[in-house]
Amino acid sequence: MNLTLHVWRQKGPEAKGELETYQAKNVSEDQSFLEMLDDVNEDLIKAGKDPIAFDHDCREGICGMCSQVINGKPHGGQERTTVCQLHMRSFNDGDEIFIEPWRAKAFPIHKDLIVDRNALEVIMQAGGFTSCHTGGVADGNALLIPKPVADYAMDAAECIGCGACVASCPNSSAMLFTSAKVAQLAVLPQGKGEAKARVKNMTETMLSEGFGNCTNHYECQEACPKGINVKFIATLNREYIKSFC
Amino acid sequence: MILDGKAPTGPIEKSWDKHRFDMKLVNPSNKRKFKILVVGTGLAGGAGAASLGELGYNVEAFCYQDSARRAHSIAAQGGINAAKNYPNDGDSIYRLFYDTIKGGDFRAREADVWRLAQVSNNIIDQCVAQGVPFARDYAGYLDNRSFGGAQVSRTFYARGQTGQQLLLGAYSALSRQVKAGTVKLHQRTEMVDLVVVDGVAKGITVRNLITGKIESHWGDAVILATGGYVNVFYLSTNAMGCSVTAAWKAAQKGAYFANPCYTQIHPTCIPQHGDKQSKLTLMSESLRNDGRCWVPKKAADCENLAGDITEDDRDYYLERKYPSFGNLAPRDIASRAAKEQCDDERGVGPGKRGVYLDFADSINRLGEETIRGRYGNLFEMYEKITDENAYQQPMRIYPAPHYSMGGLWVDYNCMSNIPGLFVLGEANFSVHGANRLGASALMQGLADGYFVIPYTIAGYLAGITPGTVKDDHAEFKRSVEEVEGQTNKLLNINGKKTVSELHRELGKVMWEDVGMARSDASLNNAIKRIPEIREEFWNNVNVTGEAGELNQQLENAGRLADFLEFAEVFAKDALHREESCGGHFRTEHQTDDGEAMRDDENFAYAAAWEFKGAGNEPELHKEPLKFENVKLAVRSYK
Repeated sequence: MNLTLHVWRQKGPEAKGELETYQAKNVSEDQSFLEMLDDVNEDLIKAGKDPIAFDHDCREGICGMCSQVINGKPHGGQERTTVCQLHMRSFNDGDEIFIEPWRAKAFPIHKDLIVDRNALEVIMQAGGFTSCHTGGVADGNALLIPKPVADYAMDAAECIGCGACVASCPNSSAMLFTSAKVAQLAVLPQGKGEAKARVKNMTETMLSEGFGNCTNHYECQEACPKGINVKFIATLNREYIKSFC
Repeated sequence: MILDGKAPTGPIEKSWDKHRFDMKLVNPSNKRKFKILVVGTGLAGGAGAASLGELGYNVEAFCYQDSARRAHSIAAQGGINAAKNYPNDGDSIYRLFYDTIKGGDFRAREADVWRLAQVSNNIIDQCVAQGVPFARDYAGYLDNRSFGGAQVSRTFYARGQTGQQLLLGAYSALSRQVKAGTVKLHQRTEMVDLVVVDGVAKGITVRNLITGKIESHWGDAVILATGGYVNVFYLSTNAMGCSVTAAWKAAQKGAYFANPCYTQIHPTCIPQHGDKQSKLTLMSESLRNDGRCWVPKKAADCENLAGDITEDDRDYYLERKYPSFGNLAPRDIASRAAKEQCDDERGVGPGKRGVYLDFADSINRLGEETIRGRYGNLFEMYEKITDENAYQQPMRIYPAPHYSMGGLWVDYNCMSNIPGLFVLGEANFSVHGANRLGASALMQGLADGYFVIPYTIAGYLAGITPGTVKDDHAEFKRSVEEVEGQTNKLLNINGKKTVSELHRELGKVMWEDVGMARSDASLNNAIKRIPEIREEFWNNVNVTGEAGELNQQLENAGRLADFLEFAEVFAKDALHREESCGGHFRTEHQTDDGEAMRDDENFAYAAAWEFKGAGNEPELHKEPLKFENVKLAVRSYK
C-alpha cells in the first residue's frame, strides 16, 4: 500500500516545528508502524535529507520508549497497543496519517518526535519504592500475599512508563502513571509502612513537575497500551486523603 | 598465556562464604571517597548501582535510554530461577548448580556457578521486599513453574513480564538512591570509550545523545553491565539499541573477550515475515510447559492447514527425540531440532521456516481460561504481530538469536584482566558456559548486582587510593579527541549505503555462516566476508546530520563499526573451537544422530581473545576449566 504521512519536524527544543509531508511507498501489511517509518527514513537518507528522529528500543511493547501521537491518538489508538506493536494491516492504501510527538508542558521536545520524559523519573524518585536494603530481608514466603492481592498489585505494576496517559489527558495529568505505582505498593504488606509519605510525596511532585490534575475524563485508560485501569486513580485519591489522617 | 580465574579452593559449599571473609573491606566512612562508574542500568547495572550507592559509595550510572527502567532486561518474559525448593520436589543449591553446569555443556567455571545457585534464594527475598508482585497461590504463597533443562519447578514469575517486574524493582531501589544523592544518573548517555591509565581502568568517555557532546568521567572503578551482542546478527530478540560497543571499547583497550562464539539461538520466536523486518520477537520458553512442538511427518502436508493434519501424520519431534525432557529440552537442543525439521523440508508457514507450537491438548485438558491466565499477554502479542489466534490454531515459531553466553573475560571477582574494570550480567562470560538455561539470565543479572559486586569491588578498592587519577589527566583528553576524530570520519564518508543496509549485510553473513550450524567452510567464508563489509562501511557509508546534535544515524554507525570488528573475532573463535558444545554447533563434530560432540580433552577451557587491531590476528589466552564437583558427562536429555 501507499500512504501519505504528515510528520511533526522540529530541529530542537527552541526551534519552531511544523508538519512535513512524506510518501510511504510499497508498505507491506506485515510491517510494524516503526518499520514503515524506518523505510521512509532510508529514503530520506538516500535523498540527503535528515531522517525523522523518533524514540524506540525493544520493539515488542514493553520498554515504553516509543511515543507517537498517530491521527490524534497516543500509540495510534488501538486497544492495548504501543506504536511498535501497531501493524500496517490496520491501515488502508491511500490513507493519510498524522504523526506528532507527545504534547505536554512537562514533556519538552528534544527533536521531531522525541520528548523529554524526565519529569516521570522525578515522580518515581519521590517515593516509588520500598525502603528496603539489599540483603537482610525476610524470606519471600514470610508475609503471605493472597492471589487476589498479588493480582491487583500486578495489574498496576504493568505500567511501562511511556507517558501516553499524559499525552491523552486534556490536563496533561500524570495521575494514571502515579497512581499505578502508589496502588501497587499500598496494597502490598511490604509497601504499607511508607504508604502515607509515598502518596503525598509522589502526588505533590507530580504537580510541581508541571502535570495537571485529574478531572475524570478517563482518556488515559483508553490510551494506555497496558490497560491500566482508572480505578487506581481512585485508590490514589483514597490513599492521599488517608495520608492526612 | 594461561589465565587464572582466581576461584577459591577447598570445598565448593564453603567457597563463597570463605571468599567473602577473606576479602578486604572498605571502612564505612571511606566508602564515599571512592567514585564508581556503572555503565548500563539493566538488572545487573541497576541492582549494582543501587546496592553500591546504598553502601555509601559515590556512584554515577549511565544508560543510553531516556530512563533506567527501559534497559532490555525489561523484555524478559518467563521467570527467574531459585533453589528455594518451595514445591518440595527435590530442588537444592547443589541441583541448581549441577543443572546450570550441565545446561552450559560443561564450559563454565564451577565456583562462579555455585555462588550463583547459592545467592539465588536471596534474590527472590530481595525482590519480594521491593514489592515485586510475583505470582502467588490463593493462600498467598509464591508460585513456581518449570523451565527447560530442569526436572524441578524452580522458576518464579510475574505473569509473562518477569523481567519487567524485576527491573522495576531494581529501578525503584536505584530511584531511591538517586533521591538520596548517592547515585547520579546520566540518561541518554552512551559510553564510547574506556579510559585506561597505566594499565588500570580509570574512567569512561561518553556521548550525550541529546547534545552530541563528548565528555569524560573519572572513577576509581568502572563497572560494565551493558548486556549482550547478538544484534551482530542484525535480526535478534534484542532491543534496537543493544550493541557490543561498551564491551568492545574495553576490548580495544586490552580487555579479553571470552567465548564470543557461545551465542544462544532461542527456539521459540515468531518467524521472520519478510525482508523489511527490523527485529524478531520472542515467545517465552514457559509456553513449552503447555505447548507441544510438532511438524507434519510428510513434506506434502506442509501447505495444509494444521487442523487438517491428522494426529498420526504429526511428528512431535521433541517428545520423540527426548522422551524424558520432551518439550522442555534445553534451548540449544530445541533450536537445532527445529532447524533439523525445516532442513528436512517439513517446516511450516512462509518459506517453510517454522514449526508449530500447539496448545490444543492443554486447552482441552485445562480450558482456554487457564491457558489465558498463564500466557494471555503472549497470545495477545502473537496475534498483534501475526494476525493469528493461537487459541484456535497452533503458533508458528522459529529459532532466533537471543542471548550471548560469551562476553568479557572476568575472574571470580567479576574483574576483567584490566584492573579496576568489572563486568556484570550478560556482558561477562562467567556462568552460563556454552548454553544458558531458561530463567537463568535474570538470576545472574541480579546475583551479580545485588550480591556479588558489593563484596568483590571492596576487595579491589581496599587496595587502592581513591581519586588519584581524575579527568584532568592527559589520557582523558586523548580519549575525547579519538572519539571526536572517529565521529568526524564517519560523518565525512558521505557514501551510498545506509547504516542499516550494511548492518543487514553483516547480519546475513553471521546468520548463514556463524549461526546455528557452523562448518570450517562457512566460517572461513565469514572471515573473508566480514572485513570486506567493514571496508565498504568505512568507504561507502552515508551518515547524515551533525556531530553536535541528536543524531540517531551516528549512534547506529558507531555501534555497527564495533560490530564489524567484533564479528571477525567471533567467527575466528568459532573456527578455532573444533568441537560442538551448547550453542556452538560445528557440523564436523556431531554424533550419528546429530547431537553435539564435545572434545573435553582439547577444549575444556575458556577462550579469551586479546584484540590486536582490525585485520590483525587476535591472540588466544586460555583459562583451563577444572571440574572437581561434577563429573564431565555426555549431556543427555533423552
